[in-house]
Amino acid sequence: MSALISVRDLTRVFDVSKPWLNRVIERRPKALLTAVSEVSFDVPENSVYALVGESGSGKSTIGKIMVGLVPPSNGSVKIEGVDLATETDQSKIEAVRDDIQMIFQDPFASLNPRWRVRDIIEEPVSAKGRRTSGLAEKLLEQVGLSAADAGKYPHEFSGGQRQRICIARALASEPRIIVCDEPTSALDVSVQSQVLNLMSDLREELGLTYLFISHDLTVVQHMADVIGVLYLGRLVEEAPRDRLFNEPKHPYTQMLFDAAPRMDAFGREIDPPKGEIPDAINPPPGCAFHPRCPLATDRCRTENPEMRNIGTTRVACHHAQ
Amino acid sequence: MTQTPVLSVRNLVVEIPTRHGVLRPVDHVSYDIHAGEILGVVGESGAGKSMAGNAVIGLLDRPARIASGEILLSGQPIHALKGDTIRRLRGKKMGMIFQDPLTSLNPLLTVGDQLTETILEHLRVGQTEARKRAIAALEEVGIPAAAQRISSYPHEFSGGMRQRVVIALALCAEPDLVIADEPTTALDVSVQAQIVALLKRLCRDRGVAVMLVTHDMGVIAEAADRVAVMYAGRLAELGPVREVLTNARHPYTAGLMASTPLASQGRKRLRQIPGSMPRLGALPSGCAFHPRCEFAQEQCRNEPGPTLDRCDGRAACWFPLTTDQKVSA
Repeated sequence: MSALISVRDLTRVFDVSKPWLNRVIERRPKALLTAVSEVSFDVPENSVYALVGESGSGKSTIGKIMVGLVPPSNGSVKIEGVDLATETDQSKIEAVRDDIQMIFQDPFASLNPRWRVRDIIEEPVSAKGRRTSGLAEKLLEQVGLSAADAGKYPHEFSGGQRQRICIARALASEPRIIVCDEPTSALDVSVQSQVLNLMSDLREELGLTYLFISHDLTVVQHMADVIGVLYLGRLVEEAPRDRLFNEPKHPYTQMLFDAAPRMDAFGREIDPPKGEIPDAINPPPGCAFHPRCPLATDRCRTENPEMRNIGTTRVACHHAQ
Repeated sequence: MTQTPVLSVRNLVVEIPTRHGVLRPVDHVSYDIHAGEILGVVGESGAGKSMAGNAVIGLLDRPARIASGEILLSGQPIHALKGDTIRRLRGKKMGMIFQDPLTSLNPLLTVGDQLTETILEHLRVGQTEARKRAIAALEEVGIPAAAQRISSYPHEFSGGMRQRVVIALALCAEPDLVIADEPTTALDVSVQAQIVALLKRLCRDRGVAVMLVTHDMGVIAEAADRVAVMYAGRLAELGPVREVLTNARHPYTAGLMASTPLASQGRKRLRQIPGSMPRLGALPSGCAFHPRCEFAQEQCRNEPGPTLDRCDGRAACWFPLTTDQKVSA
């Protein structure tokens, strides 16, 4: 399988310094936050690649770079061989932009309250001057709403229905790839299952590829083919779903699995993980996970581990085996 | 149990009068919480779980009001108390932990000031003793170097540490009852595990009764002793957590469990409950769950759902599921 999306050494640094006058007066250096650091992975066609991690791990930034909302500081994202950040051929850029769409976390914030649903859904197509007659109605039925809903406003819908509208909008330009940034975190469990099932159905019908960003391990386990685990902007482990869940190699992945609440663990007494995610502006030297890691040695404190292949797993840890 | 429960709620009804009629976000809810017990309250958004917690601690915002029913704290009725009397109980007998630790702490006061203020208000101690107790409270919830951190401001703490401060604040006057409203929803998984473990330890060591309001079934399974499932303002099911989660009697609980992606299910399609929770202004006739229920019959459409005490105190359903009956997957 050739890779539809190929990410190489992706790095994004944000300047979070105070204004220059404050810096001069208070004699502070520039503060640089490395949100994503040297991340590389491939997503084959018609698969679901999930990125998991806690807040501040850089998963949403990767999604934004992928659709071109944020330019990378270094490295590249190639979609169908085209790098949106450096490509100069306008027609290629247009083609790729049609092929990649995004679904956001909060369906209450991502729909314009003053627009009718028809206009919201058709905008990605009408903005390019193409014909849109009947498109919204067709898409609404495809995502399980009724064609008559096209004339309504977003406030007339519940959270789950709004997320369906977001999906319909994402499908309007007939994309091949959809970047889903926490698509169900704002939804209730019973509605979440409706949206996840819809996404699975659409994937089969339309041959879509998803980049699925989530912090919820159970949802990721349900949806993903391959999972990448992020910690403080770095990819620490990547493996096919069953392998990751059966044999997590990186101590952070293991910690994450142990800490996740389980519905069959009644009154489970766990020794909760120690510490919290460190400050991304001053990350610890060496492996970023070493202050919380039970296996940490002197080598971890000084040397940042390289990605290694162990079977089908890729892991960045000195001690993983 | 012969012991008086710490909290006893009897047929509680909360009403909100609006221009379009009276809404009932909490409708005939009854439950007890004993000392050293964690009662989990689950439900989807709009089920009335937070409103039930706020009614107990007397934090209902007008125009919401307790229309009928009783709330007994260690046997004493508190539902009719107003102003200063409920204020003295709040903090002293009942502590509250809110969802977002950043908005429940005063950003202009150090955490030490906030803790000593509560202690001085409710306990008869002097300034130095209060400070000593504040440090002890911070140590108890696992804040390292408590003696130094006591003069820090809330923004100097991380999210998990801030939630620990809120817990210390809820516990510093040694209450009998703690109401935790979504205490871990704003936190990451690893920090959530720390906070859940902390709540369980405090509950066990101090014998505090805890009402844990959350939408996360996993947190309930790990922390709660008993669980109350709410739907559209009413209790759908109430029972020991293991029983309710593995052997649900109310079709809503069963559907909720089946629609949560579980490890064992693998790639199978998720079961989905059709539709969504009705709005309070537009509740269907009969049992509020019947339009989404696959077992609904004539009686469910016409008569309001039974209260819990009708069905051996477990499920508020006309046709509770038997042990071998399963919702179709």
